[in-house]
Amino acid sequence: MPEIKVTPLGAGQDVGRSCILVSIGGKNIMLDCGMHMGYNDDRRFPDFSYITQNGRLTEFLDCVIISHFHLDHCGALPYMSEMVGYDGPIYMTHPTKAICPILLEDFRKITVDKKGETNFFTSQMIKDCMKKVIPLNLHQTVQVDDELEIKAYYAGHVLGAAMVHIKVGSESVVYTGDYNMTPDRHLGAAWIDKCRPDILISESTYATTIRDSKRCRERDFLKKVHETIERGGKVLIPVFALGRAQELCILLETFWERMNLKAPIYFSTGLTEKANHYYKLFITWTNQKIRKTFVQRNMFEFKHIKAFDRSYADNPGPMVVFATPGMLHAGQSLQIFKKWAGNEKNMVIMPGYCVQGTIGHKILNGQRKLEMEGRATLDVKLQVEYMSFSAHADAKGIMQLIRMAEPRNMLLVHGEAAKMEFLKGKIEQEFNINCYMPANGETETVTTNPSVPVDISLNLLKREMALGGPLPDTKKPRTMHGTLIMKENSLRLVSPEQALKELGLNEHQLRFTCRVQLQDPHSDSDTLHRIYTHLKSVLKGYTIQHLPDSTVMVESIVIKLSSSAEDPNTKVLLLSWSYQDEDLGSFLSTLLKKGLPSGLC
Amino acid sequence: YKLMMNYCLSGHPTLPCNVLKFKSTTIMLDCGLDTTSVLNFLPLPLVHSPRLSKLPGWVSKDGTVNLEKELKECAGRVFVDSQPEFCLPEKELLDLSTIDVILISNYHCMMALPYITEHTGFTGTVYATEPTLQIGRLLMEELVNFMERVPKAQSATCWKNKEIQRMLPGPLKDAVEVWTWKRCYSMQEVNSALSKVQLVGYSQKVELFGAVQVSPLSSGYSLGSSNWIIQSHHEKVAYVSGSSLLTTHPQPMDQSSLKNSDVLILTGLTQMPTANPDGMLGDFCSNLAMTIRAGGNVLVPCYSSGVIYDLLECLYQFIESASLGTTPFYFISPVANSSLEFSQIFAEWLCHNKQSKVYLPEPPFPHAELIQTNKLKHYPSIHGDFSSEFRQPCVVFTGHPSLRFGDVVHFMELWGKSSLNTIIFTEPDFSYLDALAPYQPLAMKCVYCPIDTRLNFHQVSKLLKEVQPLHVVCPEQYTQPPPSQSHRSDLMLELQPPPMPYRRCSVLSLPFRRRYERIHLLPELANSLVPSEIKPGISVATVSAVLHSKDNKHTLQSVPKPPPVPPTKKRKRVIEEPPEVLAPKPLLSGAVPLEAFLATLHKHGITEVKVEETADGHILHLQAEDTLIQLEEDGTHIVCDNNEPLRTTLRDLVLRFLQKL
Repeated sequence: MPEIKVTPLGAGQDVGRSCILVSIGGKNIMLDCGMHMGYNDDRRFPDFSYITQNGRLTEFLDCVIISHFHLDHCGALPYMSEMVGYDGPIYMTHPTKAICPILLEDFRKITVDKKGETNFFTSQMIKDCMKKVIPLNLHQTVQVDDELEIKAYYAGHVLGAAMVHIKVGSESVVYTGDYNMTPDRHLGAAWIDKCRPDILISESTYATTIRDSKRCRERDFLKKVHETIERGGKVLIPVFALGRAQELCILLETFWERMNLKAPIYFSTGLTEKANHYYKLFITWTNQKIRKTFVQRNMFEFKHIKAFDRSYADNPGPMVVFATPGMLHAGQSLQIFKKWAGNEKNMVIMPGYCVQGTIGHKILNGQRKLEMEGRATLDVKLQVEYMSFSAHADAKGIMQLIRMAEPRNMLLVHGEAAKMEFLKGKIEQEFNINCYMPANGETETVTTNPSVPVDISLNLLKREMALGGPLPDTKKPRTMHGTLIMKENSLRLVSPEQALKELGLNEHQLRFTCRVQLQDPHSDSDTLHRIYTHLKSVLKGYTIQHLPDSTVMVESIVIKLSSSAEDPNTKVLLLSWSYQDEDLGSFLSTLLKKGLPSGLC
Repeated sequence: YKLMMNYCLSGHPTLPCNVLKFKSTTIMLDCGLDTTSVLNFLPLPLVHSPRLSKLPGWVSKDGTVNLEKELKECAGRVFVDSQPEFCLPEKELLDLSTIDVILISNYHCMMALPYITEHTGFTGTVYATEPTLQIGRLLMEELVNFMERVPKAQSATCWKNKEIQRMLPGPLKDAVEVWTWKRCYSMQEVNSALSKVQLVGYSQKVELFGAVQVSPLSSGYSLGSSNWIIQSHHEKVAYVSGSSLLTTHPQPMDQSSLKNSDVLILTGLTQMPTANPDGMLGDFCSNLAMTIRAGGNVLVPCYSSGVIYDLLECLYQFIESASLGTTPFYFISPVANSSLEFSQIFAEWLCHNKQSKVYLPEPPFPHAELIQTNKLKHYPSIHGDFSSEFRQPCVVFTGHPSLRFGDVVHFMELWGKSSLNTIIFTEPDFSYLDALAPYQPLAMKCVYCPIDTRLNFHQVSKLLKEVQPLHVVCPEQYTQPPPSQSHRSDLMLELQPPPMPYRRCSVLSLPFRRRYERIHLLPELANSLVPSEIKPGISVATVSAVLHSKDNKHTLQSVPKPPPVPPTKKRKRVIEEPPEVLAPKPLLSGAVPLEAFLATLHKHGITEVKVEETADGHILHLQAEDTLIQLEEDGTHIVCDNNEPLRTTLRDLVLRFLQKL
């Protein structure tokens, strides 16, 4: 039985360093190649030694697919391709291909230049790695090789995020990456067709959450920002440069305009302008409304939002600052946080998920004293708010996607074990399909049951369809007979006659002749008629003919009658049939041996 | 042989409209609108033109026909004074409401869409790429705007009368299908037509009713332009329309996917087979510079999308070196702004160079910089801001290239009288002499630099050699040299076998070898098959299965086991149940070898066998059982009375030696 194997090297019962290996129809595919934000050691990257102990990965992988530009999905890519060694194709969408190297370079700078780590990938390695990237367009069917094909679908999580359908023969897997089933202020909702994959590998970040309506969350967010500004406080919003940041900027921009607010809004790092530019050039990847109106008003040109300078953090009075990175684990957002943490008038709003080990995670869990580098502690007095703006599907969204794609099996990654467990139960109950949740390094094997594509001769098919009628009778299905010819890689189904002819074989006729004696005190012709009548009543739906030369024919079976010379009441029936009519012939000889019922006229 | 039909609804080779009937689906390939008909009409001036309004009406020489209200004479030619009309695809050849889908190859080939989708009972889907849809919409919007801006009450019809038309001077006399000519559609019809478009990406496989798969391929001609593959598992039709191998802005042409098609429908070759696009671009720049330096204005009648992007890019590089840095460039069209903006957001559809710019991120087309530095300005029309900001000498890009409507009409009236000014024709769709006819006599210079990047005959014959279609179908124009250059046998398609030519209203039966269909064996059935090797490398298995056909998809599944007989029923009845109707056994093949068969009989306790040789084989007499078996090369006959168990045993023993098919 063919089987599909799935092994997470990262994101198995965990969030971070997504990296999932799939073996399907003899092909090996790596889905995402991310880093873990919560670690600074070896655990930062997936354990590629699982694939091979010695050396390069090229011969073990047919392709690598990156779902979107977040570092927990692509952060280990240059390490994998340039340091471990992989020269095969890497697929990602155009926006991902554009933005991914910038975030990688940013990540490299923080790690190497600021933290002074060595043995890390270089700028050149990022460039070399990106040269191996083949861009993917939505819905385009890309033939990786003769057997392996992939197709990207819109995932809505960030600009350029894609789900991917991987197909070999009639077996297939869908990997969702991160996705969002509700459109937001700048992106559309994820969508997939009814592709019925053998396995749907889904993220499950918000496996147990059913989020309230987006509108309420937006109103809450604006209210909190507004209140803080009103009382003269400062609002810090740690974000990643691309993604949620743009959505929140659009939100604040329109609010400021409507309320005629004057407090400054800043956006940190030089990346912003660039980031907005990407949104403008890839406007076809945003939501319908933005796409429709972009000629008149480009939503990514902000009037109220200005570039941030480090010195502004000490300015008196209210302000709103978007700063990177989003989990307060390094960089500018952390610096500003340290400055503002001591004042209870201020507020930090965490708009996304924070992985374990980050300061973001700690303060969200209510920690009020933070140990900083150099034994210093930091008292957290400012208000800490969490607003789930990260665009992941919630439990409802995940169920909705299952309904869309109709998978035969479900496999959860990118979530916490306990939450996955809960969702797994719900999925198995509602859809009656198996749901798996392997841990990192664990392999889940799913047996598939693919149907076998065959070329049927048009003659045979047309004849069968004509005889069977448009709808098969479920009670009495018609059986079709054919011969499957297997030659090299071709499978052809033809009629037995055609098969004989094509293969240059002679037909061997197997015939049977059987004499049956019958006591019937009638004239020969009367007896024959009695036989005819008897068979007519027993064999409904058969062609039965009474021929003038003392024969009755049932289909192609011949029944000849002669009377014994000694006793005219003893009739001898000669039945003759070919092997093709064996069932009927055997039935008839048995039936006639029992004699004719008396009531026949 | 299975026939596939092709109905040809347009006679214009670059504005095609074909309908393909293939495996019970009806597919329209492109929906081109032949706009050359507008050349027979008077221009629509934006402001009152005393010259045009004073043109004399036409009266036949003998004075018997007087059409002075409908027809005007200008410089020896006669023009219809009416809202310009277009020549539509043929509507009578087949019932257009039966069309299931329309495949669009590029934005120039969809301009007749509202006529087809809105007034024929069409209920299907239109497939196009996103750039094709968006830019196509702009071009339609522009066309509607041009027409509605200067409404003309008069609709001339008398001249169309057959008797009268025959008496008119050429080219009006020779105009064809004039009764089918129609006025422009409305914006409402455009919106409704375009709401039927479903977007597709290159190499996306779209299933139609389970029977046919269609897939667009990059054709390299314009943003989002595509060729189409229409195929089932066993037959493949390639539709080639408006393709280019030159490196301009669009994604390069996908040639390899066209390989191995049974039929290739070839349309949209270059209309200027002897004009080299690069040379034309050079001429364009030098004539433009020369006119400006001499203090004249340059008028470039053009479409609002397509070659204009390349012209602007060329000028971007040329402006400084030709010291045109201070010359204003104007692009005037109701959709100028949209066209320039849209061109920058289709990174996926651009050539590699432009794609890499987007990764930086920079706008892919340099006209963004021309606009930013104020060198290029765009306006929706000559009214409004333009009239106050307009400086001369300047370069104006504006439509429509036919010179019959749009802002270009105004510039013709304005600049036509001065020989300092130049009009440079770059669009290949209209004969420039015909376009200029209603403006004669004209003092302004005319330069003809048609830029047509579509495949030329040399390129197409090389392409066909590579992709090797079994049959080629093409417009009849491609099977002979152009009338004006009848000696140029290199300006036609020469193929073996020769291409099948079509003209407007042709119905072609395309030869098609279709002998197989895809079917799926369900896993249970597939696992139950027992293959046996018949010859080295060839195995066969008999298949008895139930056929299910739904939505043109066929599957075979195992014959369901008969439901168990309820125990309450008498066992006896079961035997009397006749066997299933028409459930034949497999065919047999091979021969029964005598010695081996005798040995087998022996093993089964049948020892008293008398063997008698005959002409064709042997007769075995099983003496104890009083049974005969006649063994021959291609047949076995068992004669056995009154002993069913024996007969079935013998049957099974014989079958052991034979192959079942």
